[in-house]
Amino acid sequence: MARVPEGPSPAPVVQRLRLRYAKRGRLRFASHRDFARAFERALRRAGVPVAHSAGFSPHPRVSYANAAPTGVASEAEYLELGLTERCDPEWVREALDAALPEGLDILTAVEAGSGALADALQASLWLVRLPGVRPETAEAGLRLLLAADAVEVSRMTKNGLRTFDARAAVHTATVVPVEALEALEALEALPVAAAGRGQPTTAPCAILQLVVRHATPAVRPDDVLDALRRVADLTPPAPPEVTRLAQGPLDEATGTVSDPLHEAGPILADDAIDP
Amino acid sequence: MPVESLYSRLEPLLPLVSKPIQYVGGELNAQVKDWDSCDVRWALMYPDAYEVGLPNQGVMILYEVLNELDGVLAERTYAVWPDLERLMREHRVPQFTVDAHRPVSAFDVLGVSFSTELGYTNLLLALDLAGIPLLAGERDASHPVVIAGGHAAFNPEPIADFVDAAVLGDGEQAVLEITAALRRWKSAGRPGGRVGLLERLAGVAGVYVPSFYDVDYLPDGRIRRVAPNRPGVPWRVSKSTVSDLDEWPYPKAPLVPLAETVHERMSVEIFRGCTRGCRFCQAGMITRPVRERSITGIGEIVARGLQATGYEEVGLLSLSSADHSEIASIAKGLADRYEGSATSLSLPSTRVDAFNVDLANELSRNGRRSGLTFAPEGGSERIRKVINKMVTEEDLIRTVTTAYEHGWRQVKLYFMCGLPTETDEDVLQIAELARRVIQAGREASGGGDIRCTVSIGAFVPKPHTPFQWAAQLGHEAVDARLARLREQIRSDRRYGRAIGFRYHDGPPSIVEGLLSRGDRRVGAVIRAVYEDGGRFDGWSEHFSFQRWMVAAERALAGQPVDVDWFTTRERDRTEVLPWDHLDSGLDKDWLWADWQDALAEVEVEDCRWNPCFDCGVCPQLGTSIQIGPTGRTLLPLVTVSTPGG
Repeated sequence: MARVPEGPSPAPVVQRLRLRYAKRGRLRFASHRDFARAFERALRRAGVPVAHSAGFSPHPRVSYANAAPTGVASEAEYLELGLTERCDPEWVREALDAALPEGLDILTAVEAGSGALADALQASLWLVRLPGVRPETAEAGLRLLLAADAVEVSRMTKNGLRTFDARAAVHTATVVPVEALEALEALEALPVAAAGRGQPTTAPCAILQLVVRHATPAVRPDDVLDALRRVADLTPPAPPEVTRLAQGPLDEATGTVSDPLHEAGPILADDAIDP
Repeated sequence: MPVESLYSRLEPLLPLVSKPIQYVGGELNAQVKDWDSCDVRWALMYPDAYEVGLPNQGVMILYEVLNELDGVLAERTYAVWPDLERLMREHRVPQFTVDAHRPVSAFDVLGVSFSTELGYTNLLLALDLAGIPLLAGERDASHPVVIAGGHAAFNPEPIADFVDAAVLGDGEQAVLEITAALRRWKSAGRPGGRVGLLERLAGVAGVYVPSFYDVDYLPDGRIRRVAPNRPGVPWRVSKSTVSDLDEWPYPKAPLVPLAETVHERMSVEIFRGCTRGCRFCQAGMITRPVRERSITGIGEIVARGLQATGYEEVGLLSLSSADHSEIASIAKGLADRYEGSATSLSLPSTRVDAFNVDLANELSRNGRRSGLTFAPEGGSERIRKVINKMVTEEDLIRTVTTAYEHGWRQVKLYFMCGLPTETDEDVLQIAELARRVIQAGREASGGGDIRCTVSIGAFVPKPHTPFQWAAQLGHEAVDARLARLREQIRSDRRYGRAIGFRYHDGPPSIVEGLLSRGDRRVGAVIRAVYEDGGRFDGWSEHFSFQRWMVAAERALAGQPVDVDWFTTRERDRTEVLPWDHLDSGLDKDWLWADWQDALAEVEVEDCRWNPCFDCGVCPQLGTSIQIGPTGRTLLPLVTVSTPGG
């Protein structure tokens, strides 16, 4: 007869929390698996009463939603957590933030509402720095991209090479004036530009802001850049630096991506620039 | 003078390489100290990929011991993979530490820990990328002192040209004394320059400075003698030994990586040294005597370490963990303490006896019982007498039967091929043993799905062991024997499908043999291999036997010695061995007598439970065996948690 674990079965979930977290600076090179390991250890260090699955290898009850690719920084990653005791969400946020390395930061924790978290994540707002690309060049490229009905790109996925349209998912794509970004940086709210500081300031750098709908297969910023290369022959001379500024419900009319943990309010005003 | 971080130059390269997270640092419990407020600065290297190097206990311990000191900082550096190496050369980014991304060339000391000789080419890679001359003789006062440590440093002669010094034995005390000597030399205005510093280091216990010794050879290639070439340098350098492990409760806050690494657990060394006397085992010979950590000391390290890391697994490390005098209380105490906290406990178990299964049961109370590992090492009773691995076939069958009865489904058995006096018959016995294991398992489990995996690799004779005189078996003969064994297992219709077979082929072990028992002439081979692109020799996808053989032919041309001379040749009693001037505490006459006993198939007992066998270590080093029992137990931890809300 097969062995079963001795002792009582694991404690049930009595509370669900949703967390928003950031992946900043050098820790943007952490993969999603790397983050998950770090987060689960932080739960243990912080003493958060997380629920576990049953069986010989109990796993903490954490569901991660739509993680940003390795190498991409993010101000808006989300996960849901099942707890065995009711906790003050702000206590959980602080305890986890303190237990995680600097650069993996827990920004918000709220009690989970109705509906699946994943369903609320309809689109992402991306900021893409293209060192060595002149803003005018990027502007012209985006015009060509937006004028196209469809742009086929290919990417290696775990199911092999897939070819799909990267255009339809793009809701908006604009070039952001450098001054606007500098104003943001001055607030020191966005660590996104830290990466570029080692480079001479005289080099041109185009900054794109993309609103991309979540589709299957996922259209990622590098797919949009691949599409730009195809329609406009735009090949950045250096690796782009990408940051997800927001993900959540999309207002199709305005292109605003709002925070799924705060039902109302545009994201940039509310959270990304948290003083 | 402030040293600038290389990170801004490294960062643009990172999106272009695989697993960039391994190069960014920022691990939990990593430390970055202010450069200018320290006067002695160590770069510690584990000469393999980050995923292997980060969990290394030796580096982790020294990192903490050094960083605890005022005015001293230690940072870590690892071998970079070829994709990053190419980019670093192209963009002129030198070898960096992962803590603060400082250039390795700016440190006072580069300390490199060698668990295996196959890391030697990666030492050259790091020196080269750091801009440090490969040859110690070409360095000046501006370059770091390059110091080798770890088990392989007990014969550092093959890398004698590349290192300034080697530390023999335990590193904890030695790094403190080296730090003190360095500080005195710097504050005195660096008298005598680089040589002046090396002279001071040569006076530190356990430190060997190869350039202070000359090696003369006989016309036939053997060593005539190794002698100091200046006054004030000892004829023999004795290893450094820490006596009370409880005084060194490290690591206190182990590094927790973001990247995935080979071991992700809270490891605690429960004792150091081993006197089982397995004749092939260099670790067991060079780390004597046995020094136990107390049960309460172990409990404290585990409690503090789990709190500092959040790890979900505890590993109780040592060379034979079930031999701790209070292992049963330790296992029970920890299992009680962490019951219900989803914390698993593991014990690298090597000894074949039923007691070990009891322990494993205790440690896996609520965990999966997938596999248990035992290491009989030799297939036949005869060969086990030769290697002094005192396990009878009956012991093994009884042990695995107990394991299968308690719900374990898979048993892994470790063996070696190419042991002294071994014949095909000794190795083919392994198939018979595995058959009996499956048979016993099917009976014990009532016909369950039972597996046994045989894992086998080639034996490499090591310095400071009774087999240091032995001929290594050639790689063709090893491969032929392994092929016969595999055939034997596969052809078994009744049991063959339940027996897994894993093996390491022969050629890499010949290179390991060359590096293990080589002398200073082998340095030219290592350099030639490195310059031909050899790196990461412990990785089969990077290792090239052909490259090593071609390089050896070229580098040893005109010498009366070749690869066979270093590996497959038996040495006689009078030969001066390259490491004879390095003292592990073992008496050479005792080693020789034990070698003769091996050939006569005579076993020797463990001195922990039997009278002393005069191996020489205790009187030589002024130490003694330190074992319990203390009679203490682990009390439940009082957990204070305030989940708010």
